[in-house]
Amino acid sequence: MSKTPAGTLYRGREGMWSWVGHRVTGVAIFFFLLVHVLDTALVRVSPEAYNVVIATYKNPFMALLEAGLVAAIVFHAFNGLRVILVDFWKKGPKYQAQLLWGVVGLWVLVMVPFLIRHLTLAFTGGH
Amino acid sequence: MAVSSEIQAPRSGRVAPKYTRHGSSRGNFEMLAWLFMRVSGLVLVVLIFGHLFVNLMVGEGVHAIDFGFVAGKWADPFWQIWDLAMLWLAMLHGTNGVRTIINDYADKDGTRFWLKTVLYAATAVIIVLGTLVIFTFNPCPPNAAAELLPSFCPAP
Repeated sequence: MSKTPAGTLYRGREGMWSWVGHRVTGVAIFFFLLVHVLDTALVRVSPEAYNVVIATYKNPFMALLEAGLVAAIVFHAFNGLRVILVDFWKKGPKYQAQLLWGVVGLWVLVMVPFLIRHLTLAFTGGH
Repeated sequence: MAVSSEIQAPRSGRVAPKYTRHGSSRGNFEMLAWLFMRVSGLVLVVLIFGHLFVNLMVGEGVHAIDFGFVAGKWADPFWQIWDLAMLWLAMLHGTNGVRTIINDYADKDGTRFWLKTVLYAATAVIIVLGTLVIFTFNPCPPNAAAELLPSFCPAP
């Protein structure tokens, strides 16, 4: 047996990691949202100003960032529904870990077709 | 003597003052904030999934997005209301989430106060700006090149 103390770090498995994931994705989405409202507000400046900025988003690097953003949003959405089930469904707390695997499964089910469509458009459909 | 097996109801509804962390002035704000996160979250799943599908998956996807695309959407009150609801709900949902995180991790009273002041100021600016843009937007601005405008704009 190890002589070093095990430490006091809480290792909460599914419950803790879904909570960490929810916080990290939530903060990332929030900062994106601030920028997204500002860039969309350029339609009020002029068509040229909006188009110039949006054109800088239409490249493979930004397409990958968009894929990451959508991945974060889809996880946050499905895990949010899991949180609602844990809070309001009688058996939610009992099945919270299984619900997380449901979230991961649904996330894969949505992300695979999304990535195929979005990355195909981004990497081949350019003007 | 028979021992009663009756279980007393918990003495809910009153907490001794020494166990409360703040005065009663806060009311049930935190409970309402908790409930708002669940209700707005449910609505946002529909609004944002619809937004992403229409803007990224349909037609040419991301390539179609330009001034004419946005102008075409906001010519329809349906998308104006959709985007307005998304703006307000997402900003309030996100602001309350970041408020929770600041309360969790900022130990000093002063740090918490200033971080939340900056947060609320940013939120107010973004909500007011976004709302004004949705409602004062002109899809056919004068002096703009015609090829950048949606097809329904009158010829100059």
